[in-house]
Amino acid sequence: MTGQSEFLLQTIGVTKMFGDLAANADVTLKVAPGEIHALLGENGAGKSTLVKMIYGSLQPTSGELFWMGERVTVPNPAAARNLGIGMVFQHFSLFEALSVAENIALAMPGKLDLDILSERITRVSKEYGLPLDPSALVADLSVGERQRIEIVRCLLQEPRLLIMDEPTAVLTPQEADQLFVTLNRLAGEGCAVLYISHRLEEVKQLCHNSTILRHGKVVANVDPQKETAASLARLMVGADVHSISARASRTEGPVMIETSDLSMPSDGPFGVSLKNIALDVQGGEIVAIAGVAGNGQSELFDALSGERQALTGDAVKLCGTNCGLTSVTGRRQMNAAFVPEERLGHGAVPGMPLSENVILTRHSAASGLTRSGFIDREVAHQINDRLTQKFDIRKGKRDPEARSLSGGNLQKFVVGRELDREPKVLIINQPTWGVDAGAAALIRQALIDLARSGSAVLVISQDLDEIFEIADRIAVISRGELSTPRPAGDISLEQIGLLMAGAHEKGAAKVERAKA
Amino acid sequence: MKLILEKRAEHSQKMAVLSPLIAIALTVLVGGIIFAVRGLNPFYALYIYFIDPVMSLWSIEQLVVKATPLILIGVGLAICFTANVWNIGAEGQLTMGAVFGGLLPVMFPEFQSPLVMPLMLLLGVIGGMAYAAIPALLKNRFGANEILTSLMLVYVAGFILDWLVRGPWRDPMGFNFPKTVTFDGWQLLPTFGGTIHMGAVLAVVAVVVLAVVMGRTLKGFEILVLGNAPRAGAFAGFSRTKIVLFSFLLSGGLAGLAGIGEVMSTVGQLQPTISPGYGFTAIIVAFLGRLNPIGVLFAGLMLGISYLGGEAAQVTLGMSDKIAKVFQGILLFFILACDSMILYRIRLITGAKPQAAPAE
Repeated sequence: MTGQSEFLLQTIGVTKMFGDLAANADVTLKVAPGEIHALLGENGAGKSTLVKMIYGSLQPTSGELFWMGERVTVPNPAAARNLGIGMVFQHFSLFEALSVAENIALAMPGKLDLDILSERITRVSKEYGLPLDPSALVADLSVGERQRIEIVRCLLQEPRLLIMDEPTAVLTPQEADQLFVTLNRLAGEGCAVLYISHRLEEVKQLCHNSTILRHGKVVANVDPQKETAASLARLMVGADVHSISARASRTEGPVMIETSDLSMPSDGPFGVSLKNIALDVQGGEIVAIAGVAGNGQSELFDALSGERQALTGDAVKLCGTNCGLTSVTGRRQMNAAFVPEERLGHGAVPGMPLSENVILTRHSAASGLTRSGFIDREVAHQINDRLTQKFDIRKGKRDPEARSLSGGNLQKFVVGRELDREPKVLIINQPTWGVDAGAAALIRQALIDLARSGSAVLVISQDLDEIFEIADRIAVISRGELSTPRPAGDISLEQIGLLMAGAHEKGAAKVERAKA
Repeated sequence: MKLILEKRAEHSQKMAVLSPLIAIALTVLVGGIIFAVRGLNPFYALYIYFIDPVMSLWSIEQLVVKATPLILIGVGLAICFTANVWNIGAEGQLTMGAVFGGLLPVMFPEFQSPLVMPLMLLLGVIGGMAYAAIPALLKNRFGANEILTSLMLVYVAGFILDWLVRGPWRDPMGFNFPKTVTFDGWQLLPTFGGTIHMGAVLAVVAVVVLAVVMGRTLKGFEILVLGNAPRAGAFAGFSRTKIVLFSFLLSGGLAGLAGIGEVMSTVGQLQPTISPGYGFTAIIVAFLGRLNPIGVLFAGLMLGISYLGGEAAQVTLGMSDKIAKVFQGILLFFILACDSMILYRIRLITGAKPQAAPAE
């Protein structure tokens, strides 16, 4: 293909393999100049992989990239910037101790005069409605203003294509509206925007075209303005409907996990605040919380486990006892157990052998592991051996370091360590994330068995297949707000998709009303 | 063709043992080159520096005396560093230990009783702890970097001692020398015949107690976990702030004990300089000892030799005794370099064209 093309960027049949996993399979994406093109998909659908290949941080396994009709390879991000591709990352990397101009200067090639640069920053930022003071210290700026730095940094290089990764995830609604004005203006000047998002209302409002990915493949290329949020959601999460069967004959037990009006401010610029979370899980049932990553799942987990304490004691109740202000150790002593999302570094110490990782969460319980401050390593070894057998943990030797295990086997260990205690309450975040199918099946079965034995199980997961497979009731978390849990039989994938896009949020409701 | 560091699946037990030995061997090699460049016979010079100091009973006694404060401080720092808490200010805590403990003989020179000795030791420990608590509290309360605060406080302590011995605490009968009264009787530590004093026993006790704490107790486990993976430590219900304070109080208390031990034995009074940098050298001791209390015992003796060797080099070879600092610096450099081999291996990549990628 030579000569002029009506498309600015085309990826033709791009495939990216990570081992046996196709993160992108035969992806074809076409972006025209002046177009705001949405890239939609669930987490793990392959959006980031695709964008990283366009921006040169990853190389495709096969397939071709065309830029203005010419076939190109993009060996690294610097090459991408030379072509005229700019990217604004979701988590930006700025030096807090430096000024706006200094931060931008660091990213610009060659030598430059800071005064001239400051002047350019002021001009460009004003032109595009992104007011910025070049001499301001980054540490003093809000997240929205920090994002402006990244955008201005890209704009100074006069890009033809601007890639934006979930830009509104960190913005207030007002900041988001301001951003849309800027993007529309850029598009009007002929700059294309590749806009990654899962917020469907936003995409409908802003984008001219959209490509939807699922499991690494393009499933649709549609005009979002002509679609409804519901139809987009269906495309995103997939219409290959599950055989949903509300599991019969569940014995109703007392409420074991309860939060009422649990609110918590975020603990950093990329954190999410929890807003009035109300949740209850009975003994004998599994409640699942769906949602796109980074919408408050880990914050909710920390609040329930006690790694962050609530503002009041009655905000969190486990086993009928107020424990909002109780430590994680105290909550474990009430026979609650927790499995965090991160296996290495949070659920287990990477450099410690498994027997010592057994002690990590079980030193407080009456397991004979400790006697008046001294550790009984023999007991730790016994527990480790028992877990190995019960949960089929495969490893090279009896007591290897946690880091040397494969993801699936370590997850079986981390989950097994808690299940082995026969807890009355289990709270587990992403139980089978990055785990092979065999281990995933074993873990899910173990969760169901635990619930059947009368315990309350709360599963936080992004995997909708998993949720429909094991959950009795389902709730969705979006921007720190939780929807009311509903029986799995009464909720459709489409409804979940809409909730994931924020349909139940108070803010969203207000916007709808304002439009009406 | 290029060299890369490749991460191992697990810590290599073999390298953990070999690393300090390789580091010592490389230090001796580089030391030999330095001597050769100075025109000395490197074998003779190395013999004088490293071997001669352990050939006579008298110098072995000296070695134990020098190693005593190094081991006391080093074992505390080993725990501290294991917890990923960086107390670089042991030298200042040593000074404040000496000042607090010295309070008693300076203010009440006539007070002689068997109580005086334990009281002075206790005051020394309290002084070191109190001084170490400052960087700990600054870190916990304001997030101040403890490396900077603890290091800067070393100089503050040095000036406080200097002012005291030149001013209010100066011995009125001391011909205007900047020194306090000389300690006497119960104000001195008992010795075992020669110059080895009770501090050596305390050092061995500290090593044994801390070896048990680290190897067998939940407290030791807590320190290891928080040092390795803070997030996992919080998940286990351990408190980072408590461990920061604990490690500073422990290492500061031991440094204070070393300080008061020095002025109650070899120094015998307060004067502007009471330590040849034991608090800093102990950092090397902690690393050379693999942050393991038993390892610190041997590393303390090894670094003790470097002090004696420096003196020997000055006397016999006519070199500056600063050579001791040079050797200590080279040793620390090689230890840290060799330690990367525990979790990494070096691999030589040949042939394949280096893929352009990093750029960002």
